[in-house]
Amino acid sequence: MMSDLNKLTIAAARDGLRAGDFTATELTEACLTAVEGAGALNAFVHHTPDIARQQAAAADARIGAGDAPAMCGIPLGIKDLFCTKGVPSQAASAILKGFRPEYESTVTQNLFDAGAVMLGKLNMDEFAMGSSNETSTYGNVVNPWRRGTDTADLTPGGSSGGSAAAVAADLCLAATGTDTGGSIRQPAAFVGITGLKPTYGRCSRWGIVAFASSLDQAGPMTRDVRDSAIMLGAMCGHDPKDSTSADLPVPDFEAALSGDIRGKTIGIPREYRMDGMPAAIEKLWADGADMLRDAGAKIVDISLPHTKYALPAYYVIAPAEASSNLARYDGVRFGHRAKLAQGDGITEMYEKTRAEGFGKEVQRRVMIGTYVLSAGFYDAYYNRARKVRTLIKQDFDSVFAEGVDAILTPATPSAAFELGSMADADPVQMYLNDVFTVTVNLAGLPGIAVPAGLDKDGLPLGLQLIGRPWGEADLLNTAFSLERAAGFMAKPAKWW
Amino acid sequence: MSIDTATAAKVAKLARIKVDPDDLPALAQEFNTILGFIEQLNAVDVTGVEPMTSVTPQRLKRRDDVVTDGNQQKAILANAPDAREGFFAVPKVME
Repeated sequence: MMSDLNKLTIAAARDGLRAGDFTATELTEACLTAVEGAGALNAFVHHTPDIARQQAAAADARIGAGDAPAMCGIPLGIKDLFCTKGVPSQAASAILKGFRPEYESTVTQNLFDAGAVMLGKLNMDEFAMGSSNETSTYGNVVNPWRRGTDTADLTPGGSSGGSAAAVAADLCLAATGTDTGGSIRQPAAFVGITGLKPTYGRCSRWGIVAFASSLDQAGPMTRDVRDSAIMLGAMCGHDPKDSTSADLPVPDFEAALSGDIRGKTIGIPREYRMDGMPAAIEKLWADGADMLRDAGAKIVDISLPHTKYALPAYYVIAPAEASSNLARYDGVRFGHRAKLAQGDGITEMYEKTRAEGFGKEVQRRVMIGTYVLSAGFYDAYYNRARKVRTLIKQDFDSVFAEGVDAILTPATPSAAFELGSMADADPVQMYLNDVFTVTVNLAGLPGIAVPAGLDKDGLPLGLQLIGRPWGEADLLNTAFSLERAAGFMAKPAKWW
Repeated sequence: MSIDTATAAKVAKLARIKVDPDDLPALAQEFNTILGFIEQLNAVDVTGVEPMTSVTPQRLKRRDDVVTDGNQQKAILANAPDAREGFFAVPKVME
């Protein structure tokens, strides 16, 4: 038992800690040992064992005193996008090398206030721009799953690839992720875990390195739906430091998990049926609908007519916001500054610093964003994309107004692919990974990926449920019902 | 709309990213691929549609117009590549 503490769910660990079956210190040591032995996955990129041990000791004192919130003593991995005081926070970019924030992000502060333990910082795509964790300055993350006996390294997805791999490989009990176009849900699906993107505004964005401010949202990446409910409750809440954070009461998400979805209406959007969709995913989707029907939900066909325009709209809006947000990396206030030649002035400093500090994908998106915002193109690209975004949100508003409670879709158009296999593809091919998830960000809705089956190579596949704004409790309950029916229990065989 | 190397160079300049002239043709090609993908938006009828400014309609909160923060010079300069005498230092801006 003691040697397997790192494999527990948050709920089981919470119950065991409260019962005195083991201590937070023992739980943390089990995770630190697992992290030490998993260098081959390249998931943890900054290790904080000293902080973890201090936090675990404090958690043990709190549990002993009988004052223990659910997350007390739970060892987590933190995505490198979150600023953590005094601990490197680089957004996996060379331009933030050496940056140690003087402050703590609201989400991590909330988790620490609840007693959570930080094991270290997790790898990701640079500035959260990527779908395969291949754009990181720390190098690729490797998916703990393999295709049968094939030893080829697979992507864990992205951008929260380190978070996904770390949870799937039992290095931590759960991890924070962020999701701008699918960066929690796609990697969760690729490694067989649960990932929840909350409603825009549910979690504070303060202290999270910004990518596209109107789309970014933090959320939990966990072993199961119950753990997502527990962890979301600790992460979210109103924050005066983020003007877009919602001043709404935080429900008890875990208490909503009755598993009873009788009378709920689940929509199946016809526009998500894509040409060339793998048969395994088509079948998984149909099976998922059957499971929800068997649980007493009503399944209805719905139409979200502007779905096909979501990715092109996203690839205007997200780069536009990124070009503005990333203007702050100028070599003046923090991070990298290029070595200058004799006679170089401030413009050369900016240009050389940004050329050296940003990777190729980040440079590409900053420049696309600059172009679509530039004089003469602002209306043709940026304003048009924002109008299409309005239409995409109206699609969802209409189906919810017609009584749909949640929408069921595949999480990804494929299972995890081989690292490097997209190296020669044009950038648009990689963007297609987010085809089922990006609409949710554009409409600001909550979405959750739940592992639901394996493909013919034994790789996990996920389904996505999309909920009404602020309806995470109801969405989690529907996901809980789906999870129970799917009964996904597979784990990757340890090779690392 | 097709982007040539001169436009690619202009965009790189606006973005303050140094791009080697030899890399401009490939960069222009990538821009064209992405913009070609984005052009699909032209097929949507957006007549009379308001551009989205906020995904959840909400009034921004107000607070009293008072200083709530400050006196953190050391913390603010702590991560600067070059800080001197309480200031950020940069190469000469004017002759």
